[in-house]
Amino acid sequence: MGMVPATHYLALGAVLFVIGVAGFIVRRNVITMFMSVELMLNAVNLTFLAYARTWNQVDAHIFVFFVMTVAAAEAAVGLALILGLDRHSQTLDIDTVNRLQG
Amino acid sequence: MIEYFWLALVPPLAGFLFNGLVGKRLPARIVSGAGCAATGASFLFLLAVFAEFIRLPAEEQQIVHRLFTWIQAGTFTAECSFLLDPLSMIMLLVITGVGFLIHVYSTAYMEGETGLYRYFAYLNLFVFMMSLLVMAGNYLLLFVGWEGVGLCSYLLIGYYIERKSAGDAAKKAFVVNRVGDACFLLGVFLIFKTFGTLEFGSLFETVSRTHPQPESGFTVLAAITLLLFLGATGKSAQIPLQVWLPDAMEGPTPVSALIHAATMVTAGVYLVVRSAALYSRAPDVLLLIAVVGVLTALLAALTALVQRDIKKVLAYSTISQLGYMFMALGVGAFSTGIFHLFTHAFFKALLFLGAGSVLLRLHHELDLFRMGGLRNSLKVTCWTMWVGTAALAGIFPLSGFFSKDEILWRALDSPLGHPVFWVAGLVVAGLTAFYMCRLMFLAFYGSPGHGHGESGSEAGTAVTAPLAILAGAAAVAGVVGLPAYLGDHRLDHFLAPVFRYSYDHGVSAGHGASHSLELLAGGAALAISLLGAGLAYRLYARDRSIPRRLANRYPGLHGTLLQQFRIDQAYSRFVVGGLKVLSRRVLWRAVDVGVVDGAVNGTASLFRRWSGVATRMQSGNTRTYAAWIVTGAALVFLYLYSVID
Repeated sequence: MGMVPATHYLALGAVLFVIGVAGFIVRRNVITMFMSVELMLNAVNLTFLAYARTWNQVDAHIFVFFVMTVAAAEAAVGLALILGLDRHSQTLDIDTVNRLQG
Repeated sequence: MIEYFWLALVPPLAGFLFNGLVGKRLPARIVSGAGCAATGASFLFLLAVFAEFIRLPAEEQQIVHRLFTWIQAGTFTAECSFLLDPLSMIMLLVITGVGFLIHVYSTAYMEGETGLYRYFAYLNLFVFMMSLLVMAGNYLLLFVGWEGVGLCSYLLIGYYIERKSAGDAAKKAFVVNRVGDACFLLGVFLIFKTFGTLEFGSLFETVSRTHPQPESGFTVLAAITLLLFLGATGKSAQIPLQVWLPDAMEGPTPVSALIHAATMVTAGVYLVVRSAALYSRAPDVLLLIAVVGVLTALLAALTALVQRDIKKVLAYSTISQLGYMFMALGVGAFSTGIFHLFTHAFFKALLFLGAGSVLLRLHHELDLFRMGGLRNSLKVTCWTMWVGTAALAGIFPLSGFFSKDEILWRALDSPLGHPVFWVAGLVVAGLTAFYMCRLMFLAFYGSPGHGHGESGSEAGTAVTAPLAILAGAAAVAGVVGLPAYLGDHRLDHFLAPVFRYSYDHGVSAGHGASHSLELLAGGAALAISLLGAGLAYRLYARDRSIPRRLANRYPGLHGTLLQQFRIDQAYSRFVVGGLKVLSRRVLWRAVDVGVVDGAVNGTASLFRRWSGVATRMQSGNTRTYAAWIVTGAALVFLYLYSVID
């Protein structure tokens, strides 16, 4: 059996990314939006790895490690923010948190 | 040591810095001592330089010292160069010598003033700036001194900062002088544009080569000299810029002496004489100068006739005498103008310091009609002032006789002169004798019109010694310029190297042929002066009812004279009033409110109107923001996609 072509991975990455974007825009629950962000990050990781394998280069692997590190840090800070939001306004609906406006 | 002549600038500057920086915390004696010492040191040094200078052969009496290159920009170079020639030598000696006596006098006159350090600092700066002006080797450096004396006169006229009138007078002097300064600066620009240099030596040499003959009409030289002369009218208080000098009496009296005798007002005369190489080639401008001088002399002398304020009489007298000097310059007799400047410095300083002594005695009562009977309590002042009066009135054999007589003779004799100038000069001589004797009779004779009693005396040696020295100088200073029928005109010979590049109109030639006529003219001038003095004696010595009746009968004429032909009023109505209308209607309402404010307010209202649209984008809704980002990213992606292909 032959190898799965790179375009499949790229298509999957694109689909995952668009699902993440749509989720971020459509859902109002902060935790769901947060999960959508994670989805987008992983879609990007997948794209990186697809290219890394196509051209047999290690650079993209390094990028993926960076992204995972940042995602971990982001998860820690983001979850703390969500906790803070809940304590402050007893809600997780993002549309009620709109006081920062012109 | 003669090549270090420029070091004479250092002591006054040091005195200014010393008193200006630390004088406030020092006792009065040190402050005034430092002020006097600075000017005195400069004077002694210049005397030593002079002793060496006079022994040089005439063709070497032109020492230029280049200190450093001051400005270098493209083809334009301005050196910081100093020039010592007979003209600057004589000016420097007068400035520091008379200036020193005035400094000494000030120690007594200004005793007990709180701002003494300020006073002496300004006084030293004044001497420094004036020395710089006459020592400068080019027009630009001269302009520094020119502006410097303007600044110092402003500071000193407004010395009594608590008096509004003093501040107003200071501002008036400054603004009126600025008008002249602007013209002077334009003249300097024109010199550089035309001849490419501002250094006196090379400039005059070039001019004598390119313009060997005088040309009438509106030439470049005429434009240059006219602009410079307008500058001179500001500093030397000639028509049309003479209005600041009478008001300048608001300053302390020694300052008036300094401004009128040694510094400031002589600057204009100096400028014209320094530029003789240019002026002698513009005969039309010379004629204008002579006419302006004669008119100023007449107008100021007439105004002085009726003044009640002792210092105002002297102020108008200065304007009138400066008019004489310009008349001399106008008929091409440059060295004669300097001769009168030289003698005038002594007797005018003397008269002002004498007036100051009177003011000290009377606790600053300025009204002549409230003085009187002071001759017993102020013997020294009275006698020295008589010397000054006689010198100013041109009584033989005091210094004023020789210098004034020479001016009158030149006005008649010079190829550029005219009998009309001579007649006008004679009239002024008579008026001068009249108003000065009137001043003396009103102040020192008759019954006291003041409440300060018969007792009281002179203020001390610091006051009387300068008076006595100046009286001696005023009496004998004429010997440097004896007329041809009496002996040698040493000043003429001394100044001759200064005019080596000037066009010779034959002003001083041929006066060997007409000794008898010159003698006759001198006799006429003397007779008219004595006539004026006699008339003053008749009208003011004992019975003073005639002048009062005259004033009552002709109130219009009296008022016109009293207010200097209402020139001040005319200026405030037409010039100041016109400027006010222009400022309010055009500059304020149209330019400031319309254009400047309009631009600022227009920008603000533009943003206020359109910011509502931008504000709506800042909804605070996170998901909207995310949608914006996605839209943006999609647009960038589309753009890149289209570019790559």
